[in-house]
Amino acid sequence: MASYQSLDIKRRSASTSTPPVVRSTALEVAKLIDVSKCIGCKACQAACLEWNNLKEEIGVNTGVYDNPHDLTPNSWTLMRFTEWDNPDTGDFEWLIRKDGCMHCADPGCLKACPAPGAIVQYTNGIVDFVSENCIGCAYCVKGCPFNIPRISQVDRKAYKCTLCSDRVAVGQGPACAKACPTAAIMFGTKDDMKEQADRRITDLKSRGFSNAGLYDPQGVGGTHVMYVLHHLDKPEIYAGLPKDPQISPLVSAWKGGAKLFALGAIAFAAVGAFFHHTIVGPNKVSETDEENAADLAEEGAQAAPTPETRAL
Amino acid sequence: MIGQVSRRQFLRTAGAGVAGTTLGAMGFGGAEQAMAQAVRPYKLARTTETRNICTYCSVACGVIMYSLGDRSKNTHSALIHVEGDPDHPTNRGTLCPKGAALLDFVHSQTRLKHPMHRKPGSDKFERVSWDFALDRIARLMKDERDANFQTTNKDGVTVNRWTSVGFLAASATTNETGAMTYKVIRSMGLLPFDNQARV
Amino acid sequence: MTNAWGDIKHTDLVVVMGGNAAEAHPCGFKWVTEAKANRGAKLIVVDPRFTRTASVADFYCPIRPGTDIAFLGGVINYLLSNDKIQHDYVKAFTNASYLVKPEFGWSEGLFTGYNEEKRDYDKSSWDYQLDEQGYAKVDDTLQDPRCVFQLMKQHFAVYTPEMVEKICGSPKDKFLKVAQMISECSTPTKTMTSMYALGWTQHSKGAQNIRGMAMIQLLLGNIGVRGGGMNALRGHSNIQGLTDLGLLSNMLPGYMNLPVEKEVDFNAYMSTRGFKPLRPGQTSFWQNYKKFFVSFQKSMWGDKATAENNWAFDWLPKLDVTYDILRTFELMNQGKITGYFCQGFNPLMTFPNRGKITSGLSKLKFLVTMDPLDTETSRFWENHGEFNDVNSADIQTEVFQLPTSCFAEDEGSIVNSGRWLQWHNAAVSPPGEAKSDVWIMAGLHLRIKELYLKEGGAFPDPIVNLRWPYAIPEEPAAEELARENNGQALADVTDPTDPTKVLVQKGKLLDSFAQMKDDGSTAGFCWIYAGSYTEAGNQMARRDTWDPGDTGLAPKWAWAWPANRRILYNRASSDKNGKPWDPSRKLVYWTGERWGGYDVPDYGPTVKPEQSVGPFIMNPEGVARLFTRGMMRDGPFPSHYEPFEAPVANAIAPKIKGNPAARIFKADLEALGSADKFPYVATSYRLTEHFHQWTKHVWVNAALQPEFFVEISEELAKEKGIVKGGWVRVWSNRGSIKAKAVVTKRIRPLMVDGKPTHVVGIPQHWGFMGRAKKGHNPNSLTPFVGDANIETPEYKAFLVNIEPTSGPATS
Repeated sequence: MASYQSLDIKRRSASTSTPPVVRSTALEVAKLIDVSKCIGCKACQAACLEWNNLKEEIGVNTGVYDNPHDLTPNSWTLMRFTEWDNPDTGDFEWLIRKDGCMHCADPGCLKACPAPGAIVQYTNGIVDFVSENCIGCAYCVKGCPFNIPRISQVDRKAYKCTLCSDRVAVGQGPACAKACPTAAIMFGTKDDMKEQADRRITDLKSRGFSNAGLYDPQGVGGTHVMYVLHHLDKPEIYAGLPKDPQISPLVSAWKGGAKLFALGAIAFAAVGAFFHHTIVGPNKVSETDEENAADLAEEGAQAAPTPETRAL
Repeated sequence: MIGQVSRRQFLRTAGAGVAGTTLGAMGFGGAEQAMAQAVRPYKLARTTETRNICTYCSVACGVIMYSLGDRSKNTHSALIHVEGDPDHPTNRGTLCPKGAALLDFVHSQTRLKHPMHRKPGSDKFERVSWDFALDRIARLMKDERDANFQTTNKDGVTVNRWTSVGFLAASATTNETGAMTYKVIRSMGLLPFDNQARV
Repeated sequence: MTNAWGDIKHTDLVVVMGGNAAEAHPCGFKWVTEAKANRGAKLIVVDPRFTRTASVADFYCPIRPGTDIAFLGGVINYLLSNDKIQHDYVKAFTNASYLVKPEFGWSEGLFTGYNEEKRDYDKSSWDYQLDEQGYAKVDDTLQDPRCVFQLMKQHFAVYTPEMVEKICGSPKDKFLKVAQMISECSTPTKTMTSMYALGWTQHSKGAQNIRGMAMIQLLLGNIGVRGGGMNALRGHSNIQGLTDLGLLSNMLPGYMNLPVEKEVDFNAYMSTRGFKPLRPGQTSFWQNYKKFFVSFQKSMWGDKATAENNWAFDWLPKLDVTYDILRTFELMNQGKITGYFCQGFNPLMTFPNRGKITSGLSKLKFLVTMDPLDTETSRFWENHGEFNDVNSADIQTEVFQLPTSCFAEDEGSIVNSGRWLQWHNAAVSPPGEAKSDVWIMAGLHLRIKELYLKEGGAFPDPIVNLRWPYAIPEEPAAEELARENNGQALADVTDPTDPTKVLVQKGKLLDSFAQMKDDGSTAGFCWIYAGSYTEAGNQMARRDTWDPGDTGLAPKWAWAWPANRRILYNRASSDKNGKPWDPSRKLVYWTGERWGGYDVPDYGPTVKPEQSVGPFIMNPEGVARLFTRGMMRDGPFPSHYEPFEAPVANAIAPKIKGNPAARIFKADLEALGSADKFPYVATSYRLTEHFHQWTKHVWVNAALQPEFFVEISEELAKEKGIVKGGWVRVWSNRGSIKAKAVVTKRIRPLMVDGKPTHVVGIPQHWGFMGRAKKGHNPNSLTPFVGDANIETPEYKAFLVNIEPTSGPATS
């Protein structure tokens, strides 16, 4: 495929050949979300909608501040508010976490994706969805340990945060990070972001948050979106942030023989996804894919937090 | 002296070079094909930039307004994006959820485009010309003023005041608008004159 | 703000009380998070609700709405009784040592001189004892029982921690923790900043809330220093500018006052504006009043304002009373105001007691709105079901809805809370036929002038002679108006000490207000803006990010009034001898020859420290006032008064209802509700997702916070059977609204005088126009009474009742 010409693609979904690796690895970038500095103002949500030309539906109030109520194909990031009485101090804490794609080093979505080139991972760490290759099968949703991708009902494509790959490509930070009024979202090289996190953690410990720490889960190889948490020992109190996210073992199996088999079956859909969509209508997947998806869904329901299980 | 700066121009250069060298440093090097296939083109590459200040609160964040076109005669400018001004000492490029959505304020469906008039007792607005509106308002004001202007008070002291019409001034307009408004309103001797400062 | 947004990063302690900076001013609040991250600063939030500011605070203390003075009085009492004040600062830079007249006193909630019938004071006893030369008597030992310091100790002794808990519902231990953290800033090397907004102003004693904190800041030596100050965050983008320019019923530009009718002529007007120093050798800068006044009159009427006609003094209207918005709508209801203009603004959804606003507007002959948006006010006559239940046919008001340009389409300057005048440019043209406000105002003036020239009429002189020097009369340019605001020489301006030396040539722009004259040789619309647009160009458009010493003051970015000064009273950042209180945070100090440092000195640049000129040069005393003499209507010290609608009686003066010096009209007094029918305390506020009622027109913001709600505690919800996300009805003695219920742990019942007191929070962003869901606003409920000094309505504390209900018919 054409994109193999890029020496900076690290991985590509449903593709067996190894991308070239002669060039030394470029900088790894990361977004650091410092929950202890976040004021929940939703500037990141507004900036994301505006930069990406997305229109979110005007919803209703359901008794909470979270609007929209969940990630959607149009809202790629979302503030999640949790009211928490700290049993250790007796103090009330209002925990506000910006949710969105974590850009895993070992991306479950990419591994689960049966459509060649629909999901790519760049050497800088960004995991991006390539819409023209997407067949709308939703395997990425099941493969994601953070329950992030959403399938649009309009075009049957999967959507999520791109880490503003278009901005990063010209040397700018993501729109959310730029907008963030309190520098609760920072962007830079992953090394710099880890150093920044260290300084914040020292400050938080000096203020009595003895379990403050950096959330960079190793179960997915680390992430290119990391959190500074005041309570790293209890990530789940932050609207269900998984304590030890893992890619489903079924995705790993799927990545092996089963996926190769399936690839043959969906070759047409994958190569001609664009024409397929415009000529034939909604995408279809093979029976094998359906079976695999069913397995993943069942497994995923246990592993990935759903909106319902997030409500504490 | 009026910093015709700087970072804005660099930005534009960077934008213009979307498929160029900048990409390499950020992990998309030489990736024109990949760009075409995966990364959305940088949408501000050759837009016109104008400096402004956010119209909402008094933090007064610097914003850069990006508009379609290069101000050439045959291209009608249209605002396509608004972002924080990274040079601004207060906001340093950041914006709040209101400021980050300024574009949709400018383009809101309920922006007014024509002078409208509602007749007494009517249940609708009707479109009128500016001349009709201003002539009619000037007439109403003069008649009111002539009928109610007070030259002296009961003790014979010169007071030269008019209190039968009120004026609320806008606090999101400029100082220059404020000064103009002050001159026009105060010269008529009008006293019920106020702005949001008191509210 | 006395200081600048960027300066907040130098603070050691931030107290957010009477505001919610993280939500209402997020990008300014970043300097708080910077101070926390880089200086180890602490953040305290005192608020009835656990706000988003509180979510990042080091310490949160709840308080009952409308009891801030009791809390602040408690802090003052704590500082004085524990001797936690900055002694040298208090002695040298405040009026602590001044002796007050023996007649002055306070008992049972009232200061001396109260007249119950007029609801006003005879303030003659609220003043200093003067010696034969007219100077105030002082006692530098601060021991004299009549000195301000001793009177203050006495006045605030009642605000014990127990009393604070009883009145405010703030638990004693939490109050003491706050007081202790504040008291740590009494050393010269620790500073605290106060960030407040409408949470303090929108009370019947709003100005005194702010006085309370200003006194604390003076006792701690935190005024005029880096990382300190009294920082009013301000609401709208140019509310500071409109105030500077005097667009208020009783003001002239630059904080000069319009004459009142008691000042029968120009001499009488000037006689009370001599501003003679109250201590030997003090600057008393307002002694220049006449220069600024005459320059303003010249700017209004040019050649027609002459020494012979007292600079056209009689062309200014003379006040009988102040025409604030409350009085204006009262007069509208009485049929005495028959025409009304809203240039921006949305009274129907903001002014208190919406029913009274609707009835007032309905009695008008004509209403003109000028706005970029389709506001509710311009459609007050249109039926929108239960969101605007009116009968159009009954309303005889003629309405004009004029479309204006918005910020993206015009150029000019606006003033931020730190007094910076920043210039902006137009990016695009206005939509359709929308026009600038300047074009509309000029069009009206020229038409009215023509009518007077043609027909004659009532006193046309000030209209037909209004100075109008614009190249295109129909559309004065922003640059022309900016130069007019700055001021220019009408004749050569010479050096007072050497008349042969020309300082400013005729026709040239002034460099500063120091060049203004009272002989008619200078014009200047707003003296404090002199220097903003000089012969060197438009200083407001400067864009140099240079920031020596990392002060955050950016002295070459835009321009700040006065004289590009970024921190007011900055002379007070150094001690009596001119040495910085805190060497690590130098600001302005004596170099041996002159005052130097990072800011333009708020002081005579070469006045030697040994001359003992006080740092507060605008005051005739030369020092700051802990005791304000007769300058405020409701007392020289703040005192706790309950809101006009309160759940309890005043604990320190049980007979006093509300603020005894606040004006309230008869019908509005009768419309107050009592705690037996309306047992819950309501407060109104903004949310970070919205800006007033503008952003409900904006798709993004409507999606981020789509629907009107009220916030209540889990305890109240349980008591009333209200469910999270369900509909509730909230009503006061003036109106009723429906809203969704946000049931939250962030609001908890307060124990006030031993009784649990519930708070109902009501945000103010919805209406019947725009993209968001149609909704109500708190102004349907709020009382029609304002602050005693400036009539800011009491939006922040009133009584309501609440019950579960079904949704609106047209939801």
